Amino acid sequence: MAVTGIILVLFLIAHMLGNLKIFTGETSFDHYAHWLRDIGTPLLPTTWFLWIQRAALTVAVLAHIGAAVVLAKRSRAARPVPYAHRRKIHVNYAARTMRWGGVIILLFVIYHILDLTTGHLNPQGDPANPYGNVVADFAPERWYVTLFYTLALVTLGFHLRHGAFSAFRSLGQQTPKGERRARIAALVFAVALVGGYLLVPFAVITGLVA
Amino acid sequence: MNLTLRIWRQHGPEDKGRMVTYPVQDVSPDMSFLEMLDVLNERLILDGEEPVAFDHDCREGICGACSLMINGEAHGPQRGTTACQLHMRQFSDGDTIDIEPWRARAFPVVKDLVVNRNAFDQIIAAGGYVTAPTGSAPEAHSVPVPKADADAAFSSAACIGCGACVAACPNGSGMLFTAAKITQLSLLPQGQPERYTRVIGMVDAHDEAGFGGCTNVGECASACPKGIPLNTIGRLNRDYLKATAKRSGTPGS
Repeated sequence: MAVTGIILVLFLIAHMLGNLKIFTGETSFDHYAHWLRDIGTPLLPTTWFLWIQRAALTVAVLAHIGAAVVLAKRSRAARPVPYAHRRKIHVNYAARTMRWGGVIILLFVIYHILDLTTGHLNPQGDPANPYGNVVADFAPERWYVTLFYTLALVTLGFHLRHGAFSAFRSLGQQTPKGERRARIAALVFAVALVGGYLLVPFAVITGLVA
Repeated sequence: MNLTLRIWRQHGPEDKGRMVTYPVQDVSPDMSFLEMLDVLNERLILDGEEPVAFDHDCREGICGACSLMINGEAHGPQRGTTACQLHMRQFSDGDTIDIEPWRARAFPVVKDLVVNRNAFDQIIAAGGYVTAPTGSAPEAHSVPVPKADADAAFSSAACIGCGACVAACPNGSGMLFTAAKITQLSLLPQGQPERYTRVIGMVDAHDEAGFGGCTNVGECASACPKGIPLNTIGRLNRDYLKATAKRSGTPGS
């Protein structure tokens, strides 16, 4: 869980920073988007790096889901008779929503790829003009897209808040002082990442980016 | 106080079991929770009914025998105490109280509220001790132990093995118990020679007993009557990672 999660988190950081290029203008953003296809050239043919990265991410996602399924199955098997009176978990809301949150994030990722990578669900869907696709996607009249995007990212934020702390712990974070730091770091990281991602659709919907 | 109890009744391991409602009158707020159950049982015996079976021994929070899930909380609503240390003043007149046994595949119900916690003994048997006979207490200055390590080892050694961590865990994991035992020994000099074989053995025994996997939720530490800290699980994880990376059986490695 921790190792595959870290791989996915590294991608999320790079993706978020890349998204913020939208504030540097259309030419710069489109140039960045096209550069992504050329990373590694001339050592690698065009788009090869992108496909290697996609393959690695797919493996990481599948391994992450696989580990989660194993844990969920063990968890279910470990308590065959449920409690008649079950108090809700009060320690940690984020921890409580890891499994269903993960499912929501997966569905969002599928939608997101169909929307802004392949363009099938995008109103414009022009691979040559990523800036235009983003602006068309989050247009004010398509507020429901922004709403879904926001909900999915808040879910991701909760997932990361518990996930990041849990990864520190799984990899051997062992002191009480370190635990407090790890929890704060996980919270700050989750808020910063979600904030960074949400800047883009809200900039489009408010007209800052047009 | 007049209360309504809903208690899990199960004749034996094979019985399906059910929640049965019992009204209890004139409960004193100064009674302990177990004394209140004693009052109910005396009445059941007089009425010719089968009394409710529940585990108890010291009734002062040090033996780890009592094991009641009270209104969905291991050892009841009061933090840092066992069910036997819980007083009826924590409840109000007219309350309905649900009492259930620990629920885990590794802790099968023997009868009513009594579960078999032999799985914990199996975890201990897999390495939760020091093999060498250490004799009587040595001269305290001969092996210096840093104060911070001694304190942390002591707070882990406070574990009474009651099983509340398993009962409270949404995954039915016994990792806090296992981690408390690992931490207690791995922080002290006596535990060093077997430190890495111990962690592998105990975690394997934990998994084989049918406990769930830890997902760092933290319900265990909040339910623990002895306040075993959650970071002990980090100590276990670090020892486990080191143990799996080490080449065991090679002299000097």
